[in-house]
Amino acid sequence: MNRFGLITHTAPIVHLITLIVLAALLMAGLAGTEFALSRYLANAIGQLAAFAVLAISLDLIWGYLGILSLGHGLFFALGGYLMAMYLLKHSFEITGTVPDFLQFMGWKEFPFYWDGFEFFPYALAAAVVMTTLISGLFGYVSFRSRVGGVYFAIITQALVYVAMLLMFRNDTGFGGNNGMTGFTVLFGWPMGTSGMITALAVASLLVLAGVLAGCNGLVKSRFGALMLATRDDETRLRTMGYETLRLKLIVWCLSALIAMLAGMLYVPQVGIINPRVLSPELSLEIAVWVAIGGRGHLVGAVIGALLVNAVKFWLSFAAPEIWPFILSGLIVLVVLVFPNGLMDLAKFKLVRPMGPKRLASDMGEARP
Amino acid sequence: MSLTALLVDGLTVRFGSFRALDDLSLAIDYGEVRAIIGPNGAGKTTLLDVISGITRPKQGRVLFDGAIDLTGLSEAAIARAGLRRKFQKPSVFEGLSVRQHIAIGADVGFRARLDAPALEDRIGEVLETVGLVDHSNRLAGELSHGQKQWLEIGMVLASDPKVLMLDEPVAGLTDEETERTAALVRALKRPDRAIVVVEHDMDFVERIADRVTVLHEGRTLFEGSMAHVRADAAVVEVYLGR
Repeated sequence: MNRFGLITHTAPIVHLITLIVLAALLMAGLAGTEFALSRYLANAIGQLAAFAVLAISLDLIWGYLGILSLGHGLFFALGGYLMAMYLLKHSFEITGTVPDFLQFMGWKEFPFYWDGFEFFPYALAAAVVMTTLISGLFGYVSFRSRVGGVYFAIITQALVYVAMLLMFRNDTGFGGNNGMTGFTVLFGWPMGTSGMITALAVASLLVLAGVLAGCNGLVKSRFGALMLATRDDETRLRTMGYETLRLKLIVWCLSALIAMLAGMLYVPQVGIINPRVLSPELSLEIAVWVAIGGRGHLVGAVIGALLVNAVKFWLSFAAPEIWPFILSGLIVLVVLVFPNGLMDLAKFKLVRPMGPKRLASDMGEARP
Repeated sequence: MSLTALLVDGLTVRFGSFRALDDLSLAIDYGEVRAIIGPNGAGKTTLLDVISGITRPKQGRVLFDGAIDLTGLSEAAIARAGLRRKFQKPSVFEGLSVRQHIAIGADVGFRARLDAPALEDRIGEVLETVGLVDHSNRLAGELSHGQKQWLEIGMVLASDPKVLMLDEPVAGLTDEETERTAALVRALKRPDRAIVVVEHDMDFVERIADRVTVLHEGRTLFEGSMAHVRADAAVVEVYLGR
């Protein structure tokens, strides 16, 4: 119990954060020894961590603020594309490799808006500014007109679709339908080595732990209580003197920035970005991760992202064609049986709690 | 401080061709408990909606404290000026504890302005007043209907409002709960506070109200004490008699 009267369920999330940090340290410590994870497994862990960060970004606005975005792939892709631009420009500076898309287009040099992307701080700053501007403008216009619920979700879906169509064009200088690939150097180090794969996975795990800790701090604060109040009854909160427009805008932009961060972690690990990241299906899938894990629980979002993606990784080898059916089946199950996702399972206690209640009921039953 | 807390002046609200409020004027003073009664569709809730900034009137204005025209302000600005309202349907935040409600009501802003001990004192005081001390750590979603009504009153009370609007505070309550609510409303009466109550329960109104305004088709039909209201032929005709 803290001073805002929050009933603090700190234990599970503290355990999860500790676990993630330990896993990261263990991976880093074992790197180069005979106990090191295989490159495939280390890479999969790193990608899963990036997806978990993406799931948290959606849970923050959907679970805690009640705003469903079906277009969060937009911010994920934004981070991913700008990271890819850095990687290509940086690789070009070091090795002289000309990116494929420049050759396809018959261009002799990078378009002018690629200037500066060889510096990572510039790419990072560009990503932060662009994400804040786009999410801020879109959020302001929507929340100002009090667009919410399903209407907001549909508009976000349309937005990500428009972005996909734009990025499919080959003349934009962002890789077109082939996207960007062929990253060879990151921060001066060659990519694709075991060391780099491990380092990226460890970095992703640490970012995941940091984002979890930060979001947990936010939702447990007074501001977090106001987020829940906005979710439960926005008019009620507004008529108590709170500018909910500002609150929603802050959390919306923060959520977009976290999604952007996930994209920046994801792209160097998967080695490619193309407009398919902007397909409505991916953005819908993020919502499925959160729904399955249990929205309004940060731990749930992480577990949902890990679980669904682990099954997907596995099925993409075993039986890729049945994946859509599994995914739809999970959605139906969540909607019909577990409205709070896996968090509903917590109610079915495997062991009955000990205590006065237990004793009383047992004694009651024992009497004839 | 002016003597009149709220001056409603020539207020007209239309929903399509329906006139919810029709050139309505009335004055509510500091220190009084004013009940607003009338048949369904008379404009009672619409009046509270205009005062709290949820509905914009077509014509007219609402002067608060003799100086501030509320009709141009946002809901949040009106609340910060010192006007708070309990809604008809108990409106609480299901996912928050009882204490959190009072904390949110007592202190406006994304960050707490009151220091921890002052906030604790205020929470304790308000919970004492509305009788929810024993429930301070429960989630609002777990409370009974009556407790939700009191919680919402406590939440709007926590900021020490100058104008307190209560929309049907005893709807759906048992006789005993209605009794407690009547005592609570009388206890909230202060010389520097105006309390406006919209209610259908005539016995409750009789117990709490200093003056009663009867609305009918968006206009004032009668204004006076409850005894006079019951005696008025026109009121009996349109409302009480049925």
